[in-house]
Formats: sequence, C-alpha cells, structure tokens
Amino acid sequence: MLGLNRKDGGLLIIVAVLVALAPIFLNPFPEQSGLAQFNAGYPDLMQRFVIFGIFAIGFNILFGLTGYLSFGHAAFLGAGSYAGVWMLKLLTVNVIPAIIISTAVAGAFALVIGFISLRRSGIYFSILTLAFAQMSFALAASVLTPITGGETGLQTALDDPRILDGINTSGNIPAPSIFGLQMSDSFQINIGGWLWTFNVGYYLAAVVMLSAFYIAIRIFRSPFGIMLRAIKSNQQRLNYTGLNTKPYMLACFVISGMYAGLAGGLMVSMDPLAGAERMQWTASGEVVLMTILGGVGTLIGPVLGAGLIKYFENIFSKINDNLLHEWFAFLPDGAEDFVVSIIYPFVGKGWHLTLGLIFMAVIIFLPGGLVELGQKIASVFKKKNSELTNTTKTKASE
Amino acid sequence: MGILEVQNVGKRFGGLQALQNVNLSVRENTIHAIIGPNGAGKSTLLNCLVGKLIPDNGSVQFDGSSVLGRSPYEINQMGISRVFQTPEIFGDLTVMENMMIPIFAKRDGSFALDALSNFMKHKDIVEGAEKILEEMNMSNKRSMLAASMSRGDKRRLEIGMCLSQEPRLLLLDEPTAGMARADTNNTIDLLKQIGDERSITITIIEHDMHVVFSLADRITVLAQGTPLVEDIPDKIKGHPKVKEAYLGETAH
Amino acid sequence: MDQIILQILNGLDKGSAYALIALGLTLIFGTLGVVNFAHGALFMLGAFCAVTFSRILSLSHVVVDETQKDFLGNPLKVDVPYIYDWFGESTGQAIINWSVPLAILFAIPVMIIIGVVMERGLIKHFYKRPHADQILVTFGLAIVLQEIIKYYFGANQIPNPAPEAFIGSFDFGAAIGLKAGTIIYPYWRIVYFCFAMLLIGSVFAFLQFTTFGMVVRAGMADRETVELLGINIDKRFTIMFGVAAAVAGLAGVMYTPINPPNYHMGMDFLVISFVVVVVGGMGSLPGAVAAGLLLGILESFASMRQVIEALPGINQVVIYLAAIVILLARPRGLMGREGVMEE
Repeated sequence: MLGLNRKDGGLLIIVAVLVALAPIFLNPFPEQSGLAQFNAGYPDLMQRFVIFGIFAIGFNILFGLTGYLSFGHAAFLGAGSYAGVWMLKLLTVNVIPAIIISTAVAGAFALVIGFISLRRSGIYFSILTLAFAQMSFALAASVLTPITGGETGLQTALDDPRILDGINTSGNIPAPSIFGLQMSDSFQINIGGWLWTFNVGYYLAAVVMLSAFYIAIRIFRSPFGIMLRAIKSNQQRLNYTGLNTKPYMLACFVISGMYAGLAGGLMVSMDPLAGAERMQWTASGEVVLMTILGGVGTLIGPVLGAGLIKYFENIFSKINDNLLHEWFAFLPDGAEDFVVSIIYPFVGKGWHLTLGLIFMAVIIFLPGGLVELGQKIASVFKKKNSELTNTTKTKASE
Repeated sequence: MGILEVQNVGKRFGGLQALQNVNLSVRENTIHAIIGPNGAGKSTLLNCLVGKLIPDNGSVQFDGSSVLGRSPYEINQMGISRVFQTPEIFGDLTVMENMMIPIFAKRDGSFALDALSNFMKHKDIVEGAEKILEEMNMSNKRSMLAASMSRGDKRRLEIGMCLSQEPRLLLLDEPTAGMARADTNNTIDLLKQIGDERSITITIIEHDMHVVFSLADRITVLAQGTPLVEDIPDKIKGHPKVKEAYLGETAH
Repeated sequence: MDQIILQILNGLDKGSAYALIALGLTLIFGTLGVVNFAHGALFMLGAFCAVTFSRILSLSHVVVDETQKDFLGNPLKVDVPYIYDWFGESTGQAIINWSVPLAILFAIPVMIIIGVVMERGLIKHFYKRPHADQILVTFGLAIVLQEIIKYYFGANQIPNPAPEAFIGSFDFGAAIGLKAGTIIYPYWRIVYFCFAMLLIGSVFAFLQFTTFGMVVRAGMADRETVELLGINIDKRFTIMFGVAAAVAGLAGVMYTPINPPNYHMGMDFLVISFVVVVVGGMGSLPGAVAAGLLLGILESFASMRQVIEALPGINQVVIYLAAIVILLARPRGLMGREGVMEE
C-alpha cells in the first residue's frame, strides 16, 4: 500500500485514524464536568501536537538513524518561522507559500550549518551545533533586527505589502488562511454534554504531518536509511566499503533541518508570530527530549513523545495549589497539606522540573523510550503465552 | 609490473623512522604475505596503502594509479578491500543488511541519494547478497544481528562483505590475531579457497608463521622499517637473516 | 593604548570565570571521560551557596528597642541578626559585610559533597555509555538543579554585594604612570582575578606535586594501565569530581558581586565553557585556562563601542565565531593532546 510493507502501512493507517479523530477522543470529558480541564481537544493544543510531531520526526531522522546529536535544530525551526512570517507579510496570507518557503529556507540554513559542523563528528559536532544555535539566537535577537524584529519578534501588520492579495488598509489584520478558509475556523459538534471542535488549521497541519510521517517511513526503509544506520553502527567500515559518508550525513542533516523548518512554517501559519527565543539551544533540548521519551530511532517514537510531552505540559501547567487542595480534601487537614506540599513543586510552574526528572529517568532506565517499554511489556505477554502453550504441549504428550 | 607497486616509501614520526626505502611488488592473482617482528613497520605500511597515512616520500601505485592521499572510500572504489584486525562489521544491522551494503556501494558508487525506494526491493542486490552468504555458509544466519555472532563468524562475514564487491586486491591485517587454532585453520582454508577460485590478489600482513607458510606464494620480511628479504616461502623458512631479525628482537 | 589595557582588564574577570569552569570540565572529561553538561549548574550552585550563606548570616529575631520609636510612637521592633548576639554588633556587621569571601568556607564542603553525590549517584553509571547519553543525562540534571533553585529562590536576580572594602574602583592607570582616571577598574574584579589564579594554581600544584595528583594525571593519560597496577582509580575519580565541583562552585561564589546570581546563570555559562574547552583543546588543562582568559578578553574587545558600531551585535557572537574557526582550522584546539576525540 503506497509502497509500504504491511506493518508500516498498518502503522500509518492507525496514526492517520488517530489524528483524524483526535478532536473526539482528546475531549473525552463533557464540557461541564469537573474533569473538563483535562480535555486536550482544542485547536491550539492539537495543532501543537502535530507540529511538534513533525519537528521530532525530523530530528529523529538525524539522531535516531545516525546517532549525531544536534543542539541546533531549534535554529532551523526559528529560521523557518521567520521565513514563514515574511511570506505572510510579503506575498499573501494564504499559508501555502509560507509553508513551502519556510521549509526551503531552513533547508538552506541547514546546508550551511551542516557543511561546517559535519567536518567534525561526535562531541565536537554537538558543540559546533550548540555554538551555531547560540549564534543564531544572538543574531536574531540583536543583530538582524530588521529581518527578525529583534527581541519583540516578527508579526504580520495591517500595512504589509501582501503582493498577491489585494491591498488592505482597514479593518483587522487578515488572518492566515488557505484558499479562503481561515486557520482559526472551526466547526463544532455538540452531542450530549460533549463538545468537539474540528479546526481547519489543525487538519491542515495534520495532513502535512501524515505526509511527513509517510516520507519518514520511506526514508527509514530506503537504501539511504540503511546507509545512515550503518554510519551509526560503524562509520569507518562504511568508508572502507566504498561509501563517502560525508554527503550522506549532509543530506540527512538537511532533510532533518527541513522538517524543523516545516514545523516552524506551520507554527506561524497558525499564529503569525516569530520570536528569537525559539532558536535557543535549550529549545532544541525540548525536541531531543520528545524523541528520546518516545523512542529514539523508531518510527512512532517521536510522534508519541511529542504528543505526550505537549499534552502533559498542558495538563501539568493547569494544576495549581487550589486544585490540589480540592483533590486531596478528603484527607485530614494535616495530611492534605502535607501531600499538597509534596506534589506542588512538580506541577504548575514546576512542570520543567518534572520534565527534567522524567528525562533523566528515561535516559537512565529506559533509553529506548516508550517504544522500548511497550516492547518489554509485549514480550512479557508473549512469554506467558508460550509458557501456557508449553504446559499444554507437555500435558498432551503425557 | 605488479598490481600493487610500492616504490621507495619512507615515513617518519618525529624522531622515529618507521619506514624507509620500502620497495614491494605484489603480482596479480598471488597471495603475498608481509611479515616481520613487532615494530617492523607493518602497520605503518598498511596504513600507507589504504589512505590513512601519507608517506613522506615514495609512491604507491595500484594498477597504475596512485593511491596516496586518497580517502578510504576512493581506494575501495579503485578495487581494494580491507579486512581489519578486529572484524569491522555493522553490529547493529542484520547479517543480510551487512551483506547488501557493500553490493550497493559497488553498484551505485560512493554516494547515491535513494531515499524513497525500499531497501529489500532491489532484487539484484538481494540475490547477490544471498549468493555470498551461501558461499560463506552463513545463509541460515541472515537475520541475526551481526554483533551477536561469534568472532569467527564475524570474520567470515567481513571477508564475505569484501568479496561481494569483487575486489581486485584483498588486504588483510593480521586476520587470525587472537584466534583459536580451529578458527585459524578455518580462515586459512577460506583464504586458500578464495585465492584458488577467484581471480584476486591477496596481500596479508601476518604475525602467525603457520598461516603465512600455508598460504603465501611470496613473502616479504620487514625489519626495522625496511624490507629485509623477499622470496618464496621455502627460501624464507631457514633464512639466517630472518631468524636473526626475529630472534634478535626476542633477545631484547 | 589605555583602551586596550582597559579591555584586557575587562576581559580578565569574566575570562577567569570561563577558565575556572572550563578547568573543571576538562578535569572531568580528562579523568572520567564524561561530558558533563551539569557543570554550569555547579557554578550556579556555588553562587547560591553564597546567597544561602549570607541569608543564614542574616537570620535574625525581632527585638523591641525601647530607645527608638516607630512612626506610631510605639517602641520600634528591630530585626537583630543572631550574629550580632553571638559576636557583638560591630564584629557581626563585619562578618555580614564579608559574607561573600567567608562563603568560601561554607561552599567548599557543600560543593564537594554535591560533587561526590553526583558522581557516585549518577555519573559513574555513565562511564561506559556513549557521550550522547552522558550529555543528555547531565543536561537533564542541569535542568532539574536549575528548577529546584528557581523554586526555592525565585526567578529574579539576588544581589549579593562584595565587602565594602572592595566596593569602588582602583585607578589602575595612575598606578602604571598614566593620567589619573584613564583606566579605572573595580577592586572586586581584581580580587576575583587574583582569586581565580590562586585557585587554578592550587589545582595545578595539587596535580603536579602530590601523589594523588600524579595518579590522577596518569589516569587521564591511560586509565586502563593505572587500574591494572592495582590502584583503585574509582575512589580517586570520585574525589576528583568533588574537587572539580568545588572549583566551579567557588568560581560561582566569588562571582556573585559581579553578576547577581539567578537560576539560569548555569546554562548561560555552560555553552561558552564548552566552547572554551574545545578551543583550548579537550583534555588539556592549560589549554582550558588559556582559552578561557583569551576568549574573555576577546569578548571584551568585541564589546568596545567602536567595534559594536562597526559590527552590531558582534560581542554576542564573537566567541562562537572564534570557536567555529578554530574547530575547523585546528580541531585539536590550541593545546589539545593528539588523539583525544579525533577520528
């Protein structure tokens, strides 16, 4: 199916279905219920799921396949987002040019940075990407301010040229749209107490993400993909087998950068604002985390990781003091205060602390991420299954 | 004119003259061994042949073209395949995948951006790999992760990977180092078989005399960075200078 | 000319901080082979040691002072630090005034303990793991440490002034015979630079002149052989980590008057410190120090008004540019040992 084998095709279909129906099952709690705040089915958040999914998929193509750890990918996302906003300002609020150009610009940026950084490998490579990330951030924040808007960032304005659209000098700033449909348009279904929102922007991003995911699967299974894995396994042997690893690495780096740029372009298509802080190396850290949490080097891992992290970021940030007291009100006062005070540092603004701890735990105990966890659980079941069949077999032979 | 011509190669590391006046001619379709006591310069010479080191002077020509200064992948594309002291294979990949990669390299050259086709759908590559696996008697192991194999099997895999590219020169770097007697004999048999069945030149850097005398058509003895003697095995066996080079070394 | 001297001086204190952090990084990398992304956090923890110490010193109780009246006419309630009670008011004031240097005594054991706990608890499990894993787990640790500090101390900067004796500036220009007022340099920065040099010197002396240091240097050169000799290199590496942590921490303690500590200063310094290590040469201790000082001075020159006018924003990126150029031209760094991390 579409050139994929059965397992991969099945995976793609499952992901497609999940993504298509996400507005429904991400909002399992009726609107008026107490648990409604744990609903995740609103446009903003759902868009973030798939956009960061694209970012993580691209990062995984580099880190997962070749083992090269780059801290610079946030710079590509940032470059893509700036390019995207410029398209929205210069050409049209139709997001298609923004998406295409952001991918291309990020790819070009990655070509330059990759060409220099890949002259070294291992930790030197990582530090080079770190240096480039910080440089990009500094350039965006202080030096290239005409292009980037400096610390305030870059936004669309009423008097933007928008060459392909008509001139617009009154009313609101036109919102990003695709052939007339605004990104922020949604239609809602209200059944029983449940409210489901189907948003244009989300579905656009979801379609892009599924395409990006499909391409990633093809890459993984291609000769190119095998060569990349060979680079990670034994780069020296690959060289002595007649393959020049440099163009492979560069191509991989550029492809990975393009994914990041695509994510950046989609981001500003939903909300036309590009800022410099997106380019800092610590922002790159976030995508590293997603990829590793989900399962580095696997197909579904980065998507899982991105979704989970964004979801929990949303949830945890909402839990505050009052809520905790509500939940634990059933405990006697002393115990209630005690429990709340223990949990409090880890929620709300303490989300980053929790994230850091989860990250460390994953690296220490489960470097293969959730996918590894899933495989372990599955093998426990398989073992139990075969133990059962073994006992039945021996019984039969008696 | 041998297929591999080393002329007047010298290499110095700081105060140490590792190689000097190295002249060597390997005739096509022969098995040529380079031996010598520790520190004789064997590894240095090998590294000059495969692009890792550039000699200070002299030339190394393979089939008329110079090898010096070329990257490892270029040298491979010229027709030289190298087997390492410790088997170098792709441990994280399956045996089948390991075997397919060199054939891809041979077919498509040093870089091919084929990111969309399916790896396994390249029938010609799959068939070529199956063939070699059978020759190496490893067909039943095709789905094993290369890292999980025994050292002897890894060695066979590595040799198979080299052969799959149909190289004109197979360079082996102490292939039986650290091997038990049984494995060593297997390797000797394998190499003999390869030499007989294929039109291929083999150059082997070795320490183990038994291996050398079982296999080689010609032997070059290196001592203190320069060739001491070069001749057929029978003439090397009792050669007084060779004895002196080895025994003199042990006496230290 | 005086501008040049001023910029060199300007670069020395920040450069000393870079040098100290890079020194610790190189020690850890050279001995344990571990890439420690939490090292900046150690610098930050040291700074907060100083803050904590000064808060401890300022712990006070309320005393009703009959001799003074507040604006309502009632006897004034005064906060009296316990220190005053124990040592008398004037000594107490002096102690609080000198809290930053005195914090050194507090920070040394605290940082060593933190370092040892880090090493035994986490780092040692990562010796055999790939560098990428080390980077990631220490990066996670750095975030955790940063967030913990943010939780307890808040997100804002916490001013921590130098002792009064060192507030104000020294007329450097006058001292070397130039017109008065041309080169003015804050006292505390001079103190910091001297302190840093002293610390660096002690570390080098320790490595050079003690048996322990010799074993560590041998371990840096060839860990396996040292172990084969029956020397328990593990314990020594733990101590070494503690020492490196203490060095970073002390660098942070004394830096607090120059740069009020905040929770993310660790990350800010970390990136540059790694760049410094790489420029100096991974595995070279003198290289780390030299590179730290040089890059600090370079950054300072790039901050000169004339330079910024010509190339806006250059001061922010000059260090990275220098690193990129050096990494490409001379991958070994300025003084790196051959074979460290080379492919």
